[in-house]
Amino acid sequence: MKKYEYLEHTADARFKAFGATAEEAFANAAEAMFNVMIDTSGINPQITEYIELQAPDLENLLVDWLSELLYLFEVNMVVFSSFEVFAIEKQGDEYLLSAKAEGEPLDLEKHIFDTEVKAVTYNDLGVQITSQGVTVRITVDT
Amino acid sequence: MKRGFDRMDTEGPEIEGIERIDNDIWQVPLGYKPGMRVPGRIYLSDKLFSNLEKEAVDQVANVATLPGIQKFSMAMPDAHVGYGFPIGGVAAFDAEEGVISPGGVGFDINCGVRLIRSNLEKSDVDGKVNDLLDSLFKAVPSGVGSKSRIRASESELEAIFINGSRWAVEQGYGVEADLTHCEGEGCIEGGDPAQVSAKARKRGRPQLGTLGSGNHFLELQYVDEIYDPVAAEAFNLKKGQLTFMIHCGSRGAGHQVCTDHLRNLTRAVEKYKIDLPDKQLACAPAQSEEAQAYFGAMASAANYAWTNRQIIMHHCREVFEQQMNMDADELGLDLVYDVAHNVAKLEEHDVNGGKKQVYVHRKGATRAFPAGHPDVPQAYRDVGQPVLIPGSMGTPSYVLCGKQSAMDVSFGSACHGAGRVMSRSGAKRTFRGEQIQKDLSGQGISVRAAHPSVIAEEAPGVYKSSSEVVDVVDRLGIAGKVAKLMPLGVVKG
Repeated sequence: MKKYEYLEHTADARFKAFGATAEEAFANAAEAMFNVMIDTSGINPQITEYIELQAPDLENLLVDWLSELLYLFEVNMVVFSSFEVFAIEKQGDEYLLSAKAEGEPLDLEKHIFDTEVKAVTYNDLGVQITSQGVTVRITVDT
Repeated sequence: MKRGFDRMDTEGPEIEGIERIDNDIWQVPLGYKPGMRVPGRIYLSDKLFSNLEKEAVDQVANVATLPGIQKFSMAMPDAHVGYGFPIGGVAAFDAEEGVISPGGVGFDINCGVRLIRSNLEKSDVDGKVNDLLDSLFKAVPSGVGSKSRIRASESELEAIFINGSRWAVEQGYGVEADLTHCEGEGCIEGGDPAQVSAKARKRGRPQLGTLGSGNHFLELQYVDEIYDPVAAEAFNLKKGQLTFMIHCGSRGAGHQVCTDHLRNLTRAVEKYKIDLPDKQLACAPAQSEEAQAYFGAMASAANYAWTNRQIIMHHCREVFEQQMNMDADELGLDLVYDVAHNVAKLEEHDVNGGKKQVYVHRKGATRAFPAGHPDVPQAYRDVGQPVLIPGSMGTPSYVLCGKQSAMDVSFGSACHGAGRVMSRSGAKRTFRGEQIQKDLSGQGISVRAAHPSVIAEEAPGVYKSSSEVVDVVDRLGIAGKVAKLMPLGVVKG
């Protein structure tokens, strides 16, 4: 199964990511987002960041997840390439996410960036759950 | 279409339901989308219309549904599809009954442009452009992941969030005259550091004096043509003169402020029962706690951006002094003006015959106040505010001056640039960075970038023509052409 696909957008980057579960689709969305910036296939994961988040619905959780990764990329200077979402669970009125992201330290000699993703938008945002699996749709500001 | 105007050289698909009401003015009527409170107005020539995406028109209509919107939901001639608001979007909301929306400002809060004039002529840098660019490229960190030599302390950051450019000048990054030649003297009042999260501060601390990436740039230019000699004299510009332009914004601090407050406001939308056609339009009543918290944080980020451009300018001045072996007085690198093009401001405007306080949101649009307006610097009060329109890489930039019509048709706003027509990924499929660099070099324009791939995505061919965009605002009397600037060399972010 395809992990993600990019869609046309004049100013920014828009993509869909797929998974058998929400956990898988969220992880694939993270990979798609980092691939907007850089070819992640050449990255050798050495650093692991553990992430826990909560949000009132799956769409907000998705934006928070990707936003958190951008934040960690910028302040810790780690280029992430590998993502695992352990669980997305509903507890009371909130959805909880626990995950890890792995990557290597930013090295401007080695890492050749295409475009910087500035932020994750709520525009045309979607989390679609069917019997076939989960599809998420994201537009990021570049 | 009404009134039988011919769409001459339009090749794009017809957009159902929008009406041309005058040369260069297209109306998105009430009812184009359910819930519109005012019509939309898009200012475009025929040629630019042919490049307009339907999604951009839908976005103009979506903005028209927001509570308290005044007169029209507008889009400038460089309009193209954004997220939430279109890029090139202008909307004013009643300060009491209306809303404030982070989507109407965007993530790069106070992305803007500053223009510096000089006592030099183009010929004075013959044979020196490459050395100048190399030194500028070193002095101003650019591209993804670049860090500054400056590390702002927590108390310094707070002073920056409140005072903007004045902080930089007090620290020795520039002179007093830089402040009087800047929109709002380089500050939006109401910066509230308490509304800026620890995350935003952490991102902001190491990035002062950095350019960032994407469409941001430093450009060496010369004045190629003067259209309005009176205004040009007031702006201290003359034909053949060397000028210098800086285009950048609030960096990670601004991105995080927008992210944090959008998150907060998506929750406030339910609390205040606001019906939105697009989540990215999240907003809250202007006087609510949530909206005012965003405004205090947005003003802080805007002030950070002005400080950032002030520091970059200072470092560029040092490079010129060293490379040209001349002192500051001889070089005369005076700030002509600095304008924000992603910002929301509390302003007074005439609405339906009365004066009204409104929050004007300019998302990829430049303030363009006319002669006589009290917010125009004294030196330019007789001619109008300088409006700076950067071209895309390798194409001309323009200096205009705000005109009276802007107050009537666009809440004192003009376009901000050329406007994209092709996606970044499309650009990379179509162009190769090395080839673009070579082509530009053939035209006498040198380019420096972290890597050639970033040149492809900003290739001149992915943008509308800046000349075409500027001609529309000139014809509409929003802003008048003063000077045309041609590039000599670009440091690309």
